[in-house]
Amino acid sequence: MAEVHLRLPASEGEVRKLRAGETVYLTGTLFTARDEAHLRALEWKREGKELPVRFTEGALYHCGPIMKQEGDRWKIVAAGPTTSGRMNSLEPRFLEQIGARLIIGKGGMSKGVGEAMKKFGAAYLAFTGGAAVLAARRVKEVRGVHWLDLGMPEAIWVLDVEEFGPLTVGMDASGGSLFEDVARQIERNTVEAKRRLGLS
Amino acid sequence: MAEIPDRLIEDTVVELLRLAVTKLPEDVEKALRRIFEEERSSAARMQMTAILENLKLAEETSTPLCQDTGIHVFFVKLGAPAGDIEKTIRRGVERATREVPLRPNAVHPVTRKNPGNNLGVHMPYVYYEPGEGGYLEITVMPKGAGSENMSQMAMLTPSAGEKGVKEFALNTILRAGSNPCPPIMVGMGIGGSADICMGLAKKALLRPIGSHNPDPEMARLERELFDALNGIGIGPMGLGGQNTLLSFNIEHAFCHTASHPVAINIQCWAARRATARLYPDGRVEYLTHKVRVATGGGQGTANGTAGKAAGKKEGN
Repeated sequence: MAEVHLRLPASEGEVRKLRAGETVYLTGTLFTARDEAHLRALEWKREGKELPVRFTEGALYHCGPIMKQEGDRWKIVAAGPTTSGRMNSLEPRFLEQIGARLIIGKGGMSKGVGEAMKKFGAAYLAFTGGAAVLAARRVKEVRGVHWLDLGMPEAIWVLDVEEFGPLTVGMDASGGSLFEDVARQIERNTVEAKRRLGLS
Repeated sequence: MAEIPDRLIEDTVVELLRLAVTKLPEDVEKALRRIFEEERSSAARMQMTAILENLKLAEETSTPLCQDTGIHVFFVKLGAPAGDIEKTIRRGVERATREVPLRPNAVHPVTRKNPGNNLGVHMPYVYYEPGEGGYLEITVMPKGAGSENMSQMAMLTPSAGEKGVKEFALNTILRAGSNPCPPIMVGMGIGGSADICMGLAKKALLRPIGSHNPDPEMARLERELFDALNGIGIGPMGLGGQNTLLSFNIEHAFCHTASHPVAINIQCWAARRATARLYPDGRVEYLTHKVRVATGGGQGTANGTAGKAAGKKEGN
């Protein structure tokens, strides 16, 4: 499989070229956002308020890091991905109204999100869940934080990263999905599991 | 018998949390290495390589291996007199949150407000049970939400029998899919009442990988479910592979003749747990981790405990 090194922000053309299964490394800015930041971003958009960051200028990272404050600087401690599936119901609207070219997370996202990614030209990149020290090592600078009132895990952290990865293209902008390939294999294996358990 | 000093309990709680979040118990690491050796697909091997590399970095730098350091559930066996344990544990959690550091995860369940120190109503949560042997045993299991959110419970009808248990297990693992960070430990509770059953499922996760339920029928069921579900194909991080499970542990209780409760609590590959025994003379033995120098205010806590901690086995 091909290995792709992208500089952020990635263009729509670059993102549409990515294929499920490819390995990607990113250099540029990541914006963390989980449940609460998604909710507030959509609410502010609806109310016509300007958001503190432009997600299209980097990549959206489903992550709630551990940060340590040293003087007036923030130091990153651990920053692995969170379960992306929790944002399934919010992400299509996010892609449409706010926009993001690349979403980094773990566990994959729903068919609905896949459809929105196809429509708006976005891809989903999977990072190893729990590999938080590995991820933090690729963060060169913590540029800032917004909405810290939501709590450390739910705030928007602005992270400058270098060669962030290895990321696996889990869902591409053409409808390709590694998770759906695996789901088909699981379906076949389930027949055998049921037989072994005496359930068929 | 002299009371175990509060300060020693507090220091041990901090140390247990630090150990748990920065280094996995030996049985878990061993199982992860075996899976790395077995996996053939490039996707699965890449995930396992990242997992093992991350473990190494976390240990070397004494950094939490996963950013989700969980909410703090303690299991305490009261085999020696101690003061207000709950208050002391709270102090330990608050300190560990700053010192390790841990991620402040505990929020109000409705307003979602985060006080920032992992303290709140009933949080940390402590399970108590009577103990013996003249020591206080404290276990902590910092467990992330990705796996906890995949928990399931069912009040089956007695007529569903063993088949019902197996169907429930299969459906729960399929539904969890890639979300709980596989390869996972599965903890299953069978019997009791609804509350007892889920408690047993959680306690099953405290048992080391490779151990079995002493009841031969339950041990057989553990093996059958492990063998059938490990090869389901979800694989490391849900990207496909030969291994989905680290273990399948069952704990059971007798139940009402009209009830058939069954519950599953899932633990991610970062199956963190740490246990220590505290003695009134100030000694601390760590059962899950090798500790070079133990912390604590009591005498004899340094050096002398290291050898014991290294060789001690859990579950006895």
